[in-house]
Amino acid sequence: MILVPTPPEATSATAGRATLVRLVRDEGSRVLATLVRTTGSLELAEDAVQDAAVKALESWQCNGVPPEPRAWLTVVARNRALDLVRRESRRADKEAAAEALLDPTVPLPAPEVVDDDLLRLIFTCCHPTLGVEAQTALALRTLCGLTTAEVARALLVPEATMAKRLTRARRKIAVAKIPYRVPTVDELPDRLISVLATVYLLFNEGYNASVGDDLIRSDLTAEAIRLSRFLYDLLPHEPGTSGLLALLLLQESRHGARLDDCGDIVLLADQDRTKWDRAAIWEGMCLLGVALRRTPTRPDLYATQAAIAACHVLSPTWGETNWEAVLSWYDVLLAINDTPAVRLNRAVAVAEVHGPQAGLHALEAVGSLGDASRVEAVRGDLLFQAGKLPEAATAYRAALARPGNRARHRYIEKRIADCVARC
Amino acid sequence: MPQYAALIYESGDPDWSVLDTPEKQATMAEYGAFGAAASAVMRGGAALYPTSTGTTVQLEGGKGGKVVTSDGPFAETSEVLTGFYQFECADLDEAIAWAARIPAAWSGKVEVRPIIDFGADAS
Repeated sequence: MILVPTPPEATSATAGRATLVRLVRDEGSRVLATLVRTTGSLELAEDAVQDAAVKALESWQCNGVPPEPRAWLTVVARNRALDLVRRESRRADKEAAAEALLDPTVPLPAPEVVDDDLLRLIFTCCHPTLGVEAQTALALRTLCGLTTAEVARALLVPEATMAKRLTRARRKIAVAKIPYRVPTVDELPDRLISVLATVYLLFNEGYNASVGDDLIRSDLTAEAIRLSRFLYDLLPHEPGTSGLLALLLLQESRHGARLDDCGDIVLLADQDRTKWDRAAIWEGMCLLGVALRRTPTRPDLYATQAAIAACHVLSPTWGETNWEAVLSWYDVLLAINDTPAVRLNRAVAVAEVHGPQAGLHALEAVGSLGDASRVEAVRGDLLFQAGKLPEAATAYRAALARPGNRARHRYIEKRIADCVARC
Repeated sequence: MPQYAALIYESGDPDWSVLDTPEKQATMAEYGAFGAAASAVMRGGAALYPTSTGTTVQLEGGKGGKVVTSDGPFAETSEVLTGFYQFECADLDEAIAWAARIPAAWSGKVEVRPIIDFGADAS
């Protein structure tokens, strides 16, 4: 049993707006999941729950949160769904069936049923036949309960484009009949990989924003952690769910120290470790233990990455980092997931254990990375460490020439200035 | 239950009317086995002669216009439509599972598309 710090009490009438939004989103996604099952239509259910969420925010802010917020939202959303079905005359034949399903005398579903509904909805939204962009958009809109405008802002896409993307995804779910069910035991491992990958992608986009002004977009990392927590709560015995949540928490624990007051990047070596979130580290470490115990012979992909993060967060100073341990975990990671990004990070660890020259040698084997600017930036760092300042400046300039995050570009500009000053 | 078209695309414009190699004969036997296995969900299907036997038809100037024909397929692409099946399945997962068993999926590609049921809500 993992002890989780309890969220701030959200039931007083004076609860802050942000806490209310969080509560409405949390309960809203569960109400939505059940409504998708009873109405058979994601679109209808989303419209109804969105409406109920708006009403809840208005009412709860004035009158306080009702004793059973989920029941409140369920009743309002059901009524709204019924209105919507009645309004759509084209669906006259379906009206009787829908009304029966939405019968107000039907008792509210038990918590276990709601959990199953939510799990079904997660597997629908992250179905491998949907494109990655559709999956991340649906994850935020449908599973996290953000409005279309908020999803568009979070993923840096114009609102009209996002609306179109979501409509297209919902239509495919409806007409191609992407199933609303939890995969069978045989299918579960593969399908869960697809779900975890979507959540990880969302987190990474927020943690290391590839475009835009900010290096970190906390809105995305927070939603990814929320989804990861859902998955761990719903499927606690799958190693991937504990591994992913451990990884996200350990990464996120450094959040407060990653940028300086100007929003510029602070290297891990220079971070103020007192700013790291001890509660997140503690919870992440417990989950990492759980994940590693579940996969004693072949470590899970996310648990392995979490183990690397753990080596860093457990070290009191940069100088005391156990780089041998970091490198050996990278060797494990390379064996289960050989990608250019893993090779790049491993090259950094190689440099710490065996010196910058060995790191540069390892860098040669990285291959082509989507984010080419990062490869050149690491090359610049290693050449800088090796004292080859003109070559380092050249690599840094090559990094600047490629598209990348503006905060990272500012960091590289500083390093070029360092190179020039010392030459 | 929804119906799906499994559209089969292959490269090299193969002629399945002539089973002149042991490979083709073996593949055709696989199709026979697949047809038997899938009989419960199968609602139709056909294999097509190569695109070199095809004719593209157009009406110049739209409806009522002059019929213009051209030899061969509508578009020159490396992969051509060589046949299709029609399945009736519970959901997309089941349709994909059947499509994956079509021998063409091993070397070519199979596109699974839901079929519009004009008798029901077409949204």
